[in-house]
Amino acid sequence: MQTFNDVFALMPLMLVGATAVAIMVGIAWRRQHGATAIVTAVGLNLALLSLGWLSLLGIPGTAYFVLDGLTYMASVLILVSALACVTLAHDYLGGYSGAREEFYLLLLCAVGGGLALSASQHLATLFFALELMSMPLYGMLAYTYRDQRSLEAGLKYLILSAAGTAFLLFGMALLYAQSGRLDFEGLVTSMTSRGSLWTLAGVGLILVGLGFKLSIVPFHLWTPDVYEGGPGPAITFLATASKVAVFVVILRLILAAPAFQSGALEQVLVVLAFVSMLAGNLLALLQSNLKRLLGYSSIAHFGYLMVALVVGEGLAVETAGVYLISYLLTNLGAFGVVTLVSSPYKGEDAAALHHYRGLFWRRPYLAAVLTVSLLSLAGIPFTVGFIGKFYVIALGVEAAQWWLVVGVILGSAIGLFYYLRVMVTLYLVEPGMRRRDAVDAWGWHPSGLVVVGVVMLVVVLGIYPTPMIDWMHWVAAASR
Amino acid sequence: MTLLWLILIPFIGGLLSWQAERWGEQIPRWIALLTMVLVMVLTLGLWWTRDFNLPGDTATWALEWQRAWIPRFGISIHLALDGLSLVLIALTGFLGVLAVLCSWREINRRIGFFHLNLLWILGGVVGVFLAIDLFLFFLFWEMMLVPMFFLIALWGHSGSAGRTRIRAAIKFFIYTQASGLMMLVAILGLVFAHQAQTGSYSFSYEALLGTELSEPLANILMLGFFVAFAVKLPVVPFHGWLPDAHAQAPTAGSVDLAGILLKTAAYGLLRFALPFFPEASQNFAPVAMALGVVGVFYGAILACGQNDIKRLIAYTSISHMGFVLIGIYAGTPLALQGVIVLMVAHAFSAAALFILSGQLYERLHTRDMRKMGGLWGRLGSLPAFSLCFVAASLGLPGTANFVGEFMVLFGSFPVAPVMVVIACGGLVLAAVYSLFLMQRVHFGPPEDDSRLGGLDKREFAMMLFTLALVFWVGLYPQPLLDTTESVTNAVSVVFNETPSDRVAELAGGGR
Repeated sequence: MQTFNDVFALMPLMLVGATAVAIMVGIAWRRQHGATAIVTAVGLNLALLSLGWLSLLGIPGTAYFVLDGLTYMASVLILVSALACVTLAHDYLGGYSGAREEFYLLLLCAVGGGLALSASQHLATLFFALELMSMPLYGMLAYTYRDQRSLEAGLKYLILSAAGTAFLLFGMALLYAQSGRLDFEGLVTSMTSRGSLWTLAGVGLILVGLGFKLSIVPFHLWTPDVYEGGPGPAITFLATASKVAVFVVILRLILAAPAFQSGALEQVLVVLAFVSMLAGNLLALLQSNLKRLLGYSSIAHFGYLMVALVVGEGLAVETAGVYLISYLLTNLGAFGVVTLVSSPYKGEDAAALHHYRGLFWRRPYLAAVLTVSLLSLAGIPFTVGFIGKFYVIALGVEAAQWWLVVGVILGSAIGLFYYLRVMVTLYLVEPGMRRRDAVDAWGWHPSGLVVVGVVMLVVVLGIYPTPMIDWMHWVAAASR
Repeated sequence: MTLLWLILIPFIGGLLSWQAERWGEQIPRWIALLTMVLVMVLTLGLWWTRDFNLPGDTATWALEWQRAWIPRFGISIHLALDGLSLVLIALTGFLGVLAVLCSWREINRRIGFFHLNLLWILGGVVGVFLAIDLFLFFLFWEMMLVPMFFLIALWGHSGSAGRTRIRAAIKFFIYTQASGLMMLVAILGLVFAHQAQTGSYSFSYEALLGTELSEPLANILMLGFFVAFAVKLPVVPFHGWLPDAHAQAPTAGSVDLAGILLKTAAYGLLRFALPFFPEASQNFAPVAMALGVVGVFYGAILACGQNDIKRLIAYTSISHMGFVLIGIYAGTPLALQGVIVLMVAHAFSAAALFILSGQLYERLHTRDMRKMGGLWGRLGSLPAFSLCFVAASLGLPGTANFVGEFMVLFGSFPVAPVMVVIACGGLVLAAVYSLFLMQRVHFGPPEDDSRLGGLDKREFAMMLFTLALVFWVGLYPQPLLDTTESVTNAVSVVFNETPSDRVAELAGGGR
């Protein structure tokens, strides 16, 4: 019986993996872009359904993968964002002359990695899942490799990610040397009983490694270039699903080990969070490329999210969940519009701000979608971004982390400047410059529907957040 | 439900007029006009049918509406109306009508979207005046910035180099948003303090009123609220956004800013800052009043040195709001009533002056007073109206402003005689800048002898009606005072009773 449960617990992962295999076989047989995208979407939807079924069964998980509230939340978010990426990719790759179908293969592998990462409670699975998620991302980022920037993005991410991984492995080795255990539970007990300098160093190195993936200052240097160069759908996945998965695993580590909450490590986290908030926003100020700008803004957003890591109790899990949802939806909206404007693929993405000048007067609804996304990123009321920011500030106030509260306020004030700058650009009267534009009737393309749907969700959850809050309340309760 | 509709009508009207642009240029204007008239009529209907002159010193709502919203934090959609909010909403409705009318000819591009923004500002303001759940209040408080931002950024006038409309709009937004977040922190601090005492979250005004706070905490939280309101009012060190925003905004934007948005700050102080933190506010009162006096002089002196007519009027707003601040922190019933009259009066006079300068701009295509002069006799009745409103703005007896300023100063005198004596000097400066304005724009040698277009019927009616209101409130302010009396009394009681209570408590061996 135990074994059956183990199999069930891996159901979403297996479904995603099976879809990947099916697609690989399909490619070998005959290339068919539309069918590949549909099969991918079906597979992801099945995985999503199996999650619901699992939560009804109430299986605790296996020794390597835990099935708790956090896992469910992260898995749903990853799958939803992957679905959005598939849809965006279908329209985007429509104009790509090279092989198109492999993109979905890579995407599915990365999704599998993300699902495993968010559920891992063992350093071995953590490492394996992280790599499973990162490796396909190199390929996805460099997918349009004839475009130099895309290739550069892929290589840059590869090198810096490998460096991050090295730190991570070294940290794990140190922890293992100290405790002889690799599962979180065993690590925690050994950490609390004998907290030595080596343990601290190990934990620190693990944080560095994961911090690379989250692009927390000072490990953020790859972010703007990779965001700028990578193709739209790949960046959308990188910015949303992969970050959610990594953040959840850090959160799980910190929740498991109360050692994080005291002493030097907490101070380090506070400083990192504060610096990320400010540096991310300051560096974004003068960007003239929307993708770079969103990259810097994501640094700042993970700075805000780190408030939940610093506090690590009370409302922390709920805050992290709400903020992740708001971050995910908002970024899907924003990157979705960028991808849509650049679809179908015609070389480098249309991400420079002048491409968006006067968008409102050509494509009012598309511009409205981007406006709402930007407002939500800035945390303006009646968008889900405000609910997220509300939670973060509430958490900071409750835990009396005044520096972080100050950081959030300062960061938001600075952030407004560039969000507003972009927003105004959308509404300015267009000059006669050459521009790229979304296809006509974009709203009836699948990706158009996805973007509109996501943004409607941003507004609806901003006005009536109760379902989201209730769900996160449940997640927080089910994560203990 | 009426209260909910008061908020929803402008929002729906805005959407309608946005979409109506495709059927014709004039339709959005008419829809917007009807929407605001509807809001005004609804408010006046409430005024007529409900009794706001409630007895007693306790604040009671004349009308209330509540629905659960986010139960996790005890947040509900809780709207309530009393005399204070009624007066301000009526004002919003009236100025909304004016704003729509004054942009009838000024705005020719993207008319539908313009009216969407205009009406959403007004809807947000009505929401601010009605919401008594702090979360909801904050939501509206922040939300109304967005359409205002668009109004300035898209339809504004670019001034001299370095003073573009976009820069002004962004400055306005950042000032108010950042200070707003401080208020959010203060609100959350209050909520958590309340939760620590009672064990449950609540954002309800009435629940939070009774929260007992330690003195340092109360001081900090009070400052959080104060800063947010001080930026919006504006109080002098926080006023940097105002002249730019006013000068660069289209006429309708300036009318809304000066007429209503500044009043939301005074409303916030009266409704939230004083009742939540009476002791802390009482301790802070000398500082606040001193800031008010500084504002009176600073605004007046800088107004004298302006060449841009809209910047001049903007600085006079700072000066007038200084009086409002003095009155609020004096806290006597008379001063508080004066504050309300002054707010109404200032809304009329400043809005009218902004509309007049907008009309001048339409005719002369400049706001630079150095290029004006000698307009009396060339513009029909416009200069005469200017004279009347300038006279109102400097507080000539017979106008509403006189009543307001007089009551504020008279009511504050027993509390802070020195401040009042100094502030009276500001009245002299008010006369100086007002006469400056008249002299430089309308008198002196004319540039040219050709006649410019006079006021058309729409413009004439707007001005005449506003002027009539200025005189009506100036000559017979009693209905206004009756409506708001119970509110001001309640605030004043809360604000003034506490210290003596504390003394009694100490004498009785409490604490």
